[in-house]
Amino acid sequence: NAFSVLTTQQKQKVTLFPGDGIGPEISESVMKIHKAAEVPIEWESFPVGTNAVAGGKLVSDEAIESVKRNKIGLKGPLATPIGKGHRSLNLTLRQLFNLYANVRPVITIPGYKTKYDKVNLVVVRENTEGEYSGLEHEVIPGVVESLKLITRDASMRVAEFAFTHAKLNRRRKVTAVHKATVMKKSDGLFLQCCREVSARFPNITYNEMFIDVACLQLTQQPEAFDVLVMPNLYGDIISDLCAGLIGGLGLTPSGNIGKDAAIFEAVHGTAPDIAGQNKANPTALLLSSVMMLRHMQMPFYADRIERAVMTSIAEGKALTGDLGGRASTAEYTEEVIKNLK
Amino acid sequence: FRRAASTTANRKVVTLVPGDGVGPEITGAVVDVFAAANIPVDWDRQMITGEAATPPPGALESMQRTGVVLKGPLYTPVADGHYSTASTIRKQLDLYADVILAKSVPGITTRHGDLDLVVVRENMEGEYSGLEHEIVPGVVESLKIITRKQSELIAKFAFDYAVNNDRRKVTAVHKANIMKLADGLFIESCRKIAQNYPDIKYEEVIIDACCMQLVSNPRKFDVMVMPNLYGTIVGNVAAGLIGGPGVVAGINYGPKIAVFEQGVRHLAFDIVGKDLVNPTATLLASVKMLKHLQLEADAERINNALTSVIQEGKVLTRDVGGNATTSEFVQAVISRLK
Ligand SMILES: Nc1ncnc2c1ncn2[C@@H]1O[C@H](COP(=O)(O)OP(=O)(O)OP(=O)(O)O)[C@@H](O)[C@H]1O
Ligand SMILES: Nc1ncnc2c1ncn2[C@@H]1O[C@H](COP(=O)(O)OP(=O)(O)OP(=O)(O)O)[C@@H](O)[C@H]1O
Ligand SMILES: [Mg+2]
Ligand SMILES: [Mg+2]
Repeated sequence: NAFSVLTTQQKQKVTLFPGDGIGPEISESVMKIHKAAEVPIEWESFPVGTNAVAGGKLVSDEAIESVKRNKIGLKGPLATPIGKGHRSLNLTLRQLFNLYANVRPVITIPGYKTKYDKVNLVVVRENTEGEYSGLEHEVIPGVVESLKLITRDASMRVAEFAFTHAKLNRRRKVTAVHKATVMKKSDGLFLQCCREVSARFPNITYNEMFIDVACLQLTQQPEAFDVLVMPNLYGDIISDLCAGLIGGLGLTPSGNIGKDAAIFEAVHGTAPDIAGQNKANPTALLLSSVMMLRHMQMPFYADRIERAVMTSIAEGKALTGDLGGRASTAEYTEEVIKNLK
Repeated sequence: FRRAASTTANRKVVTLVPGDGVGPEITGAVVDVFAAANIPVDWDRQMITGEAATPPPGALESMQRTGVVLKGPLYTPVADGHYSTASTIRKQLDLYADVILAKSVPGITTRHGDLDLVVVRENMEGEYSGLEHEIVPGVVESLKIITRKQSELIAKFAFDYAVNNDRRKVTAVHKANIMKLADGLFIESCRKIAQNYPDIKYEEVIIDACCMQLVSNPRKFDVMVMPNLYGTIVGNVAAGLIGGPGVVAGINYGPKIAVFEQGVRHLAFDIVGKDLVNPTATLLASVKMLKHLQLEADAERINNALTSVIQEGKVLTRDVGGNATTSEFVQAVISRLK
């Protein structure tokens, strides 16, 4: 096999956060499949979360150093402690590594039937500002102001990411989603940045669409979309809407791309109801690892694993409970391995 | 002219705002059908356009005087230019509640089957405050305003709507995990009002999860209530589920006024003047308007003609899978009037 010639020295290191709940099970599945596919990477695994790290930290310095060194990570779901004064770990990682763009491909999985087929789009969401500024105050009793912040810097880099992503992935069109009739200056600035960047990518079609019109058309003909780029809140809404089109969170991967690192993760949560029972579907995390491999310029291994996943789901011989099957995590994992070519 | 238009014994006066984009075509369809059906409504036509920042003199007065309006959409410039004329009008008339009636129309087939969702949208504040400024070059702040007063008003409106229309559940849509104070105040107001309606079930859902569920399992929703921006988003998702903008009616309510129009307000410049637009949504809105005017029998006549044409499915506009023009569709409705 042509790829066995790669020696261990050539293996790239990747930081892995297995996470909470079903995280460890689905991470194990991903590692097994990567090993079977002979992917030349080496995992550096770190526990995270409230009980995992001494001193009340959510993530150890060692783990942070690892991400800094490797510049690439894969992350399972994390239980965010609510109302205990904890910053969510997601937010911590986002700020530590400047993860400014969230990217979510939404692609119909052949064999998993929903009301929509032929969906094949990518949502690129600005990840650091907008409506998530956290700047709010009560002006007088009963009147609250909430600040949405849009900057040229953040808008330019997310637009650049979207167009570059489109180009590298041979996509043809980027749609900027906005509401600049109402938020003229803030969304206006976002649009202006998208236009400027679009001028540098003459081979990619650029258009603009109102957030509400985008929602309308996504529910009617999602196949007409390609790459979408938008401010934070719209991205949050649209990416979940799109996940709904292809069957929900259990199948959707995502990446958080930053200046200093890129961290890939499943979109779903810790699923405490089935944790530890060998029932979880590892597909979302697995497809996140596929995105990661592409990001690491390893398209061969990415395609190899992706094909095995698609075949396994299309044939439907060993599906997990969430997809209507009866297979365990381990059985599904074996099935994917069997389909590796 | 004004005198002639004032309400005589059995006739009603309605302000007609054709508006921009396809507005003249979709409201024109109602005018034609009403004329053919001899509906006792006189139109007080007011030419408002979103190209101008303020409505022409007399337009607001007409709406205030008649208290009943049939309207097309209004244009708003993107980025530069003046603040939305439509929003200015809504504020001046205190049209605080926008109701989007996403109800399936028998004969129009969609992926999702039969649905009946009502989106109640706060229509005065939120992200539509128009308060924005550039703090330093390249950094823009935009203000979202949520008040207890408007939140309680819209919540009460939604629950009253549920009671009066025999609905079982109200779902408040929010993002209070992120906008803890602003959407927090909205949710707090909904919870408070909900307590006065023990027979109506009350639920809450985060806006992103809401959109995901709408496209995968829409039947779990009934009446939904939410701040302004979420309202246009959810309204459009709901419209998409039941066949598009051409089939969803909407009503805007103020204390003394009701404005009837297409539920999701799009200009549809891509098809303006091509005789392609679907006037169904606006005709359905006009049926609601006739009921509001207590012209029940007339409302029934129009509704029956409209629904029988659609159900038969021979003459449908392009957006709902047919190939008829707007005029052919309108003629078909007229020919069915009894
Ligand atoms: N990978 C998966 N495989 C199978 N079922 C899943 C998976 N992920 C989520 N689910 C199911 O979807 C539902 C919601 O999952 P989710 O992970 O969001 O749980 P949660 O209770 O919200 O956890 P968290 O608080 O971490 O978000 C649960 O019933 C869960 O079992
Ligand atoms: N009554 C209708 N019949 C048929 N198609 C419609 C109707 N209303 C809107 N549409 C279609 O819905 C789509 C979205 O509307 P449109 O493009 O007008 O939005 P927009 O102009 O981008 O936004 P806005 O009108 O809110 O400023 C268009 O393809 C338009 O043709
Ligand atoms: Mg979300
Ligand atoms: Mg969850």
